[in-house]
Amino acid sequence: MDRDPTLRSRRSFLDMVIGLGFTGLAAAVLYPVARYLIPPVRSGPGTRSVVLDPDDPAQVDPETRIFVFGSRPGILVKGPGGQWKAFSAVCTHLSCTVRFQAESNQIWCPCHNGLFDLNGRNIPGTPPPRPLEEFEVHEREDESGKKTLLVSKGRSA
Amino acid sequence: MAQRLKGLIQWLDERVGLGDIRALGTHKQVPIHRHSIWYYFGGTTLFLFGVQAITGILLTLYYRPSPEEAYESVRFITGEVEFGWLIRAIHGWTANLIILVAMIHLFSVLFLRAYRKPREGTWFTGFAMLLLFLGFGFSGYLLPWNELSYFATRVGTEIPGAVPFIGDTIVQVMRGGEEVTGATLSRFYGLHIAILPAMFTLLLGVHLFLVQRHGMSVPESVEKASAGKPARTMPFLPNFMLRDMVGWLGVLGLLAGLAALAPEGDGFFVKLELGEKADLFGATPAGLRPEWYFLAMFYSLKLLPGHIFGIDWLVGEQVGVLCFTLVGAAFFFLPLIDRGKRFLLVRVAGSLVLVWLIVFTILGRVMK
Ligand code: FES
Repeated sequence: MDRDPTLRSRRSFLDMVIGLGFTGLAAAVLYPVARYLIPPVRSGPGTRSVVLDPDDPAQVDPETRIFVFGSRPGILVKGPGGQWKAFSAVCTHLSCTVRFQAESNQIWCPCHNGLFDLNGRNIPGTPPPRPLEEFEVHEREDESGKKTLLVSKGRSA
Repeated sequence: MAQRLKGLIQWLDERVGLGDIRALGTHKQVPIHRHSIWYYFGGTTLFLFGVQAITGILLTLYYRPSPEEAYESVRFITGEVEFGWLIRAIHGWTANLIILVAMIHLFSVLFLRAYRKPREGTWFTGFAMLLLFLGFGFSGYLLPWNELSYFATRVGTEIPGAVPFIGDTIVQVMRGGEEVTGATLSRFYGLHIAILPAMFTLLLGVHLFLVQRHGMSVPESVEKASAGKPARTMPFLPNFMLRDMVGWLGVLGLLAGLAALAPEGDGFFVKLELGEKADLFGATPAGLRPEWYFLAMFYSLKLLPGHIFGIDWLVGEQVGVLCFTLVGAAFFFLPLIDRGKRFLLVRVAGSLVLVWLIVFTILGRVMK
């Protein structure tokens, strides 16, 4: 039946139009669904800093040295030189919460035995590939002479 | 009474064609040989899926998917609802058994080469259903919103982040945001009770249709041995079906026993205890481990250093995830890979994967 070349080209043209139509329809249905699945980014200022009393067990867990930094956990330790150091407590391997380990004087991740030194640097040979994100720490003294720490995210983005 | 029943059956037969369905079942023949035992594992998986559907639906009647209420509602189910502990225990135990049985089914099909032509489609759908089971397990694990499940989900959803370029987007889509929060719980709930069951039902339909269409595969060794002679068979209805059902009854008994004697799991491989409610800022509990069927991957990731051989671009986690993906893809495409005389290779590779699974699952459980 397709012996007539004009007929054949007309048919293949119609096939193409229908094919395009269905492709367009599929795209029109799938695109909004795909976009819907990606959650909107909550653009807010987010937490940039917290004030901590390092000796208050309600603020900094005395054993694990974990504190709350906005919507994520942070960790506060005394660095090798005796100065305060604060990091994000989210492990750079697969995002477990790290903790201070007194016996080894290191930061330890219980999920896959990741280790960091007190400068937040990942110990080679353990799973984490990068150092912990570091926060800036400033010591302050209020009127009553009580020492507190201002912990803030480094370079403001 | 019997007269009435007969009348009813005839009434139905005239309209639905029950006779045809019956004929289908009695015509279908199941081969009898020394490997016949493996035929039962598929049916057992199906039975366990039925158990999951029923207990799962029952659990939705009390469960509430929000961070404020999820943990409490599970507490309520196990503590106050009559037989709630039983329903949850059966759901939890079956979740574990179904993956074990499905894996036995998969490896028996692999080693008997039952995926060969024309049964490629049966293998594809079957393997996809096993992946869905893992998805069921992973999403269901978060729903009680306890400490272990929260951190296991944080680690688990971070893993696709190793994929180049689109990794972060995948993680966000899985979590419903940057972090594991109530948004993740909503997503996993929808996945667990609607999306995955729908996909599963579809695949199951195709799988069963293909099994029906091609009949049971006869292993090559049996085919060769019985060359010429007609193979021994039994009709699917009622012979095989009745045997299958004896097996199901046994499995149901096993489940009831496990759920009644160990409603919180065996405490070693299967852990169903509720524990503490998730604390988003708490320390990750020491000794955190995923469900047993993820232990082999978990332990492999634990062994891989951050940078393999200290090489900068050889990130341990990415290498690990790439390997798992390749092994998974090789399994999926097995019927296409195994052409001609490659079965020896398949057998060796399949055995290696099986050994890896078993050894690393045990190591992942016992090593600190
Ligand atoms: S998540 Fe910290 S070592 Fe893996």
